[in-house]
Amino acid sequence: MKTIQINKATQQFLQVQPAHSSFSNLRKTGLEILEQEGLPHIKEEEYKFTSISRKIEQQIQDYRSASSVKLSADQVSEALFSDFEGDIIVFNNGRFEPSLSRVSDEGYTISTLSEAASALLGTIANPEADPFIALNNLFFEDGIFLKVPKGSLVQKPIFLLHFNQAQEGQAIHARVLIEVEDQAEVTLLENTISLDEAAYFSNTVTEVKVGSNAHAHYYRLQNENKQAIVTNNFVTDIHRSATFTTVATQLSGDMLRNNLSLNLLESGCEGNMYGLYLLNGKTHVDNHTNVDHTKPHADSNELYKGILADSSRGVFNGKIFVRQDAQKTNAFQQNNNILLSEDAIINTKPQLEIWADDVKCSHGCTTGQLDEEALFYLQARGIGKDQARGLLLYAFAGEVLDHIAYEPFKAYCIEMVQERLGTQF
Amino acid sequence: MSKDNQILEEFTSKEYEHGWSVDMEVDEAPPGLNEEIIKWISAKKEEPQWLLDWRLKAFKTWSEMTEPEWANVTYPKIDLQALRYYSAPKKSKKPKSLDEIDPELLQIYERLGISLNEQKKLQGIAVDAVLDSVSVGTTFKDTLSKLGIIFCSFSEAVKEHPDLVKQYLGSVVPMTDNYYAALNSAVFSDGSFCYIPAGVRCPMELSTYFRINAANTGQFERTLIVAEDSSYVSYLEGCTAPQRDENQLHAAVVEIYAAKNAEVKYSTVQNWFPGDKNGKGGIYNFVTKRGICAGDNSKISWTQVETGSAVTWKYPSCILKGDNSVGEFYSVAVTNNYQQADTGTKMIHIGKNTKSRIVSKGISAGKSQNSYRGQVQVMKRATNARNFSQCDSLLMGDKCGAHTFPYIDIQNSSAKVEHEATTSKIGEDQLFYCNQRGISTEDAVALIVNGYAKEVLNQLPMEFAVEAQKLLALTLEGSVG
Amino acid sequence: MLSIKNLHASIEGTPILRGINLEVKPGEVHAIMGPNGSGKSTLASVLAGREEYEVTDGSVDFLGKDLLDLAPEDRAREGVFLAFQYPVEIPGVSSTNFLRTAVNQVREYRGLEPLDAVKFLSEMKEKMKLVEIDQKLLSRALNEGFSGGEKKRNEIFQMAMLEPKLSILDETDSGLDIDALRVVSNGVNKLKSNENATIVVTHYQRLLDYIVPDYVHVLYKGRIVKSGTKELALELEEKGYDWIKEEVDAAV
Repeated sequence: MKTIQINKATQQFLQVQPAHSSFSNLRKTGLEILEQEGLPHIKEEEYKFTSISRKIEQQIQDYRSASSVKLSADQVSEALFSDFEGDIIVFNNGRFEPSLSRVSDEGYTISTLSEAASALLGTIANPEADPFIALNNLFFEDGIFLKVPKGSLVQKPIFLLHFNQAQEGQAIHARVLIEVEDQAEVTLLENTISLDEAAYFSNTVTEVKVGSNAHAHYYRLQNENKQAIVTNNFVTDIHRSATFTTVATQLSGDMLRNNLSLNLLESGCEGNMYGLYLLNGKTHVDNHTNVDHTKPHADSNELYKGILADSSRGVFNGKIFVRQDAQKTNAFQQNNNILLSEDAIINTKPQLEIWADDVKCSHGCTTGQLDEEALFYLQARGIGKDQARGLLLYAFAGEVLDHIAYEPFKAYCIEMVQERLGTQF
Repeated sequence: MSKDNQILEEFTSKEYEHGWSVDMEVDEAPPGLNEEIIKWISAKKEEPQWLLDWRLKAFKTWSEMTEPEWANVTYPKIDLQALRYYSAPKKSKKPKSLDEIDPELLQIYERLGISLNEQKKLQGIAVDAVLDSVSVGTTFKDTLSKLGIIFCSFSEAVKEHPDLVKQYLGSVVPMTDNYYAALNSAVFSDGSFCYIPAGVRCPMELSTYFRINAANTGQFERTLIVAEDSSYVSYLEGCTAPQRDENQLHAAVVEIYAAKNAEVKYSTVQNWFPGDKNGKGGIYNFVTKRGICAGDNSKISWTQVETGSAVTWKYPSCILKGDNSVGEFYSVAVTNNYQQADTGTKMIHIGKNTKSRIVSKGISAGKSQNSYRGQVQVMKRATNARNFSQCDSLLMGDKCGAHTFPYIDIQNSSAKVEHEATTSKIGEDQLFYCNQRGISTEDAVALIVNGYAKEVLNQLPMEFAVEAQKLLALTLEGSVG
Repeated sequence: MLSIKNLHASIEGTPILRGINLEVKPGEVHAIMGPNGSGKSTLASVLAGREEYEVTDGSVDFLGKDLLDLAPEDRAREGVFLAFQYPVEIPGVSSTNFLRTAVNQVREYRGLEPLDAVKFLSEMKEKMKLVEIDQKLLSRALNEGFSGGEKKRNEIFQMAMLEPKLSILDETDSGLDIDALRVVSNGVNKLKSNENATIVVTHYQRLLDYIVPDYVHVLYKGRIVKSGTKELALELEEKGYDWIKEEVDAAV
């Protein structure tokens, strides 16, 4: 292996049989890929602006998932927000924690990946697409499998709550597989909470399948500590006439790399991706999104917005593939940024590759500053400067959060965003 | 062939409505281009020496230039030596009033739907008509002169207002600017001149109609508009040409100068003969149009509806020199059959707080190629410059092409530049959808095209907007499938 | 009202419909179900007059007229409405302007005066409530940037405005989540009367919980191979189409 250090403990880990025999294959291909390619460096186009591998190689001594920590029911309830009614699935350093979870099983089932032994595992997220998927394949111990059976309408949202706490130099590999069968509907929420300020490396892979005419919403918050190094691969297969909507809000961390891929596999389906990043300090967030239109009459919409202060850095790379078969595709992409300081940097790159001829694709990106005239106008009407700033910035950011259809979570995100904008920007 | 395609055939094979020519006795220069011809033209027009010198200098510059090839158009090279550079209706003396104008000439304009006879059709629009190369008559002169507005043919301006012409000629488009501007500077024969004095708001639309009648003739007219401090004028330009098998060249120059607080609106409905449905004939339209917002708070707005010409190469531009000045460009460019258009604009931000807005709507049908080429440049001292660009392309059928070439060059970090582009396609699906709701195919095309171009058409003065709307529907009806 | 006899149609020489027979009377709701590629959407398209399909045999009588002889716009004006599976986007044309053109051309055909702007708008306001559609949506370009659900709602809204005699809903439920499905079905149900009829083409049984059919037909390989009542749909949902395929294929 070229670039990742394997110490003795890691070797021992890899020699022990995994929780389920089917994981062995994932390990094997993961190892092969990493041996061939190593972790991606900035010389590679995909990681041009994000030297996350260097950071990982410098800091991480042990790639195994850090052991579980002590976690109380109080800590879990503190992480909830007002008016939340629904089930909770708790992860402790990437491991499912059934005793602290609240699982009603109403309209869905939950099990560990090793219990479920689903043939879907590893088929949606392709380790060749990103070495961090390979790394997760190699090191995840177990994970959860959430299944919404055919025709089931899950009434209340399901909250996936990750608690991370590890020593500096340790890693966490969470793995989630979600299958929403034909005509089923579900709303999922996700939040990651750092229990202290120590640096850790979290490398999550989420695979989602949305069956035909099924509808899924997935709303995520990333608000980890200022030292955290995060890679997150989220891959969704969307089938005939199905819709999938994700809204991601990113607030903190040291360096984050998110790969979000939607595969529009059949006609009539719709994929929506919305993202908001509010960055300050030295936080570096890289969002690589990828929509693959493979069949006719599918739509995709994408809106990512960012506000960058201090010496933070944002990277947005939006890929849209429209394959030859995918006539009558509608694909929209928009990326807007506000830079609040001279030292903040944004690198934005739309990338459209269109092989079909009867399609409608549009993309746009803007980078600007806060409108000083508008700020002055508000001040002239008696609104304090900080408040006026917060108001204007929220007017910019709110458009993303409007896409969260579950009101209590939307209110929670708005509250958090407003607090950030009012005090830290 | 589907029914839609048949309708397409019917409409696209429709004769070019303005494709007739009139046999008239003309006074013309022998074909060819050299210093002697230029001297001949200048003498014919009884020009002063300074203008002849200026022409000869332009000719020298041009002789050292090569034809530009960067535009996204292809056409056989024009043999500039085979063209005639002057053609005028033969007339012993200049007409003093419209009554003296050759009735045959007036008839031409009647057939174009432009009556020079002010009592009749034109209510409130002053017209200067240019046939082939020569201005044949200007209406409403008296009304305008009471306000101090000068609106006359370029030749007349050279004679009557030499100082003004001398001051502004070539000040916005220097003779060295480009190949065709240099050529125009050398051989231009006539055009329109317009001067709005300080503080005057021109009470009516000023309009020039261009018509190429004679064969093998290039038309090289020159328009110069000067708007002094706090003045306002809205200017219209229309063009047609007879249907001829060979290609004709039109290489005009338009210069606009806007002083402090002045506003100039320049609207064009260009309907030169586009060639027949097999791509034979048609006008080569290589035009340089540029305005300078020289004074603070000035504004220049270009609106164009381009439906004609075999090949178009045209970028009406604004130099935003004055602080707080505004430049606008609204364009609908339609190409059908084998037409090619490479058109767009340049917005050069020099002054502080300058704003520009670009709305370009391209419609391609048949086997045509339609390109938008635009440049937004923000210079170093242009703080708080703002630009918004929107370039939409509409494809009708699958044999045509649309291309977008936006160039953005920003040297000042306070600039806010927004660019939006969309490409959409109208095909049988859209028409069937309209049909299924009870709307006939012809109405559907008109509905779609006018809806699409609405934002630009709204910028045109009322009379022109109606004409432009009809023109669009006519150029495109049935061209889907 | 509608009488389809031995209808055969093909696209680019490939036969899709191979002898459809169907009688629809005023006031009835017929559901047409079937596996993918069985010809459901083709039937809807042929009835509306889409050019790509060639009718090779058979006849369609609609209120005493030969439907196949009419241009698509005339079929619409006679009262045939197709709610599209994939509603088309028309850039630059607002829904309102589009619909006003359509309504007035249909009225003209029927010998009625065009609606003036005021009457048209008040009519629109009323019909908007049926499908809970937002006025803002209607001032935007037709279907442009609409979500899948909004497009389908707009189809039913247009149906309400055009007051057809025969409505054909082509997979109107595809892509709709449960809330949108309720709204759309509710709209369709309110528009039902003893004078008009509805053909519902669908892949999923769930729609038929909301729009209850009088008859259910199963289309397979271009023919109606089984007809029944709404219980048939439930059976299909439970057992899938394989048993029908087997039955049919065994009989051949």
